[in-house]
Amino acid sequence: MSDHELPILKVDKLSKRYGNRLAVDDVSFDLWPGEVLAVVGESGSGKTTLLNCVSARLEPDHGQVSFRTRHEGTVNVYRLSQAARRLLSRTDWGYVHQNPVDGLRMDVSAGANVGERLMALGERHYGRIRQEAVQWLTRVEMQEDRIDESPITFSGGMRQRLQIARNLVTQPRLVFMDEPTSGLDVSVQAKLLDLLRNLTQQLHLAAIVVTHDLAVARLLAHRMLVMKDGRIVEQGLTDQLLDDPQHPYTQLLVSSVLQP
Amino acid sequence: MNARTELGTPATTESGYNFAYLDERTKRMIRRAILKAVAIPGYQVPFGSREMPLPYGWGTGGIQITASIIGADDVLKVIDQGADDTVNAVNIRRFFQRTTGVATTDRTTEATLIQTRHRIPETPLQAHQIMIYQVPIPEPLAKLEPREAETKMMHGLSEYGLMHVKLYEDIARYGHIVTTYDYPVMVDDRYLMSPSPIPKFDNPKMNMNPALQLFGAGREKRIYAVPPYTKVESLGFEDHPFEVQRWSHHCALCGAGESFLDEVITDDAGGRMFLCSDTDYCGQRRTEQKLP
Repeated sequence: MSDHELPILKVDKLSKRYGNRLAVDDVSFDLWPGEVLAVVGESGSGKTTLLNCVSARLEPDHGQVSFRTRHEGTVNVYRLSQAARRLLSRTDWGYVHQNPVDGLRMDVSAGANVGERLMALGERHYGRIRQEAVQWLTRVEMQEDRIDESPITFSGGMRQRLQIARNLVTQPRLVFMDEPTSGLDVSVQAKLLDLLRNLTQQLHLAAIVVTHDLAVARLLAHRMLVMKDGRIVEQGLTDQLLDDPQHPYTQLLVSSVLQP
Repeated sequence: MNARTELGTPATTESGYNFAYLDERTKRMIRRAILKAVAIPGYQVPFGSREMPLPYGWGTGGIQITASIIGADDVLKVIDQGADDTVNAVNIRRFFQRTTGVATTDRTTEATLIQTRHRIPETPLQAHQIMIYQVPIPEPLAKLEPREAETKMMHGLSEYGLMHVKLYEDIARYGHIVTTYDYPVMVDDRYLMSPSPIPKFDNPKMNMNPALQLFGAGREKRIYAVPPYTKVESLGFEDHPFEVQRWSHHCALCGAGESFLDEVITDDAGGRMFLCSDTDYCGQRRTEQKLP
């Protein structure tokens, strides 16, 4: 079957408890190659827990996450050995943290940050690593001559770009993003969103974007999930869902956005 | 300095202490850790490090290993920065003289046990010898990844890309790899290992060495080992390979051109001379050439 006929990621009846509190309750969805899915909901609705469970960072109590790999067919992520899971998350996956400091090595240069995944995969040629780093910095619209500078000297927007470059260097097919643009000022947000939209299109990236900002969802995502109290209350195509929300909670969310 | 060998004098050993200071059960515990370390070359084995009558940082890890494997008929050599007559070497040698009464020597070829800080002798080691290194920080990834649980995981899964990030950073900043001591090595193509703060000049000597090499870190409570004839490879990039230091001088005393040289400032006018750091090697060469 061709690439487009099978989902790249299947999430099946996922649940996660923290003690007595149910953070994620029986969540299922599919993600197709090249599709950007936004997960929206208020703070505390289980968005980030869901993202962590799906990205193999937090083992769920119930349910399965299956990923269609490049060469080995579909695998159950939590059945993989730890080594294979870690390999997967630094080759075919990317994870963009809300705070770039969590996703970057702040004590090494931008070039080393971008090159780390390559070196982890066994690249042992300095010239080639550097060439790749330059190429990716350019792709995320950073100046080439900042390659040897430490991310400490970068602005928030640049750090976020660097984090994206560092994740994309292995050409992953699936990227998880946790509030990638919050914490940035509005003009920087707009530029970063534009960049992300272009990159996901050009690279045919599938992505799950957790956000509380409906504008981000509208700009980036093809499809949306609305979460409340750990459950999916509504899902559908982004435009459809935002223009004609059905569930009362979604209606509340949409109407609470300030209209200029 | 003339090389000297002092015979053991059991009569002068301290009374009230067990042979080699440590009690027998502690020695046995340390030997078990050593056996495990030898079985898994380069793997850091935790052990119950004891308080020693020297402070941490003075080689307590090396002393505990030496104490647990030394026997009455061993001949001990202790090196500090290549020399046999510097403070650390003198202290440790006297410690073992007083607690075991074994024979001690400056001659690399005569020793059966060589405890060292910061150097491997220039004279090639032999199969019946054991090298014991004093190690301050056994974890080569410690400065790059502060979480120990994570570094253990990286060793377990052989994820060593991070070490190359460090070398990349060296080249990006200075144009070449500036790490000159404690230069990371891969042991037997499996474990990344800190060779202890020896100059990288000595790294190639570890590879396929006929002697058993043991490493002890007292404060960090780790023992690791390189068994005889084990592959030890220094890391590098294809286009920036591992290289050892070279000097444009020869030793001012013995004329050696192949040894690790110390630069000694001799006056305030910029006068300097280069000397072999390995005093035994330098002395032997001078004896052979009938130099003063």
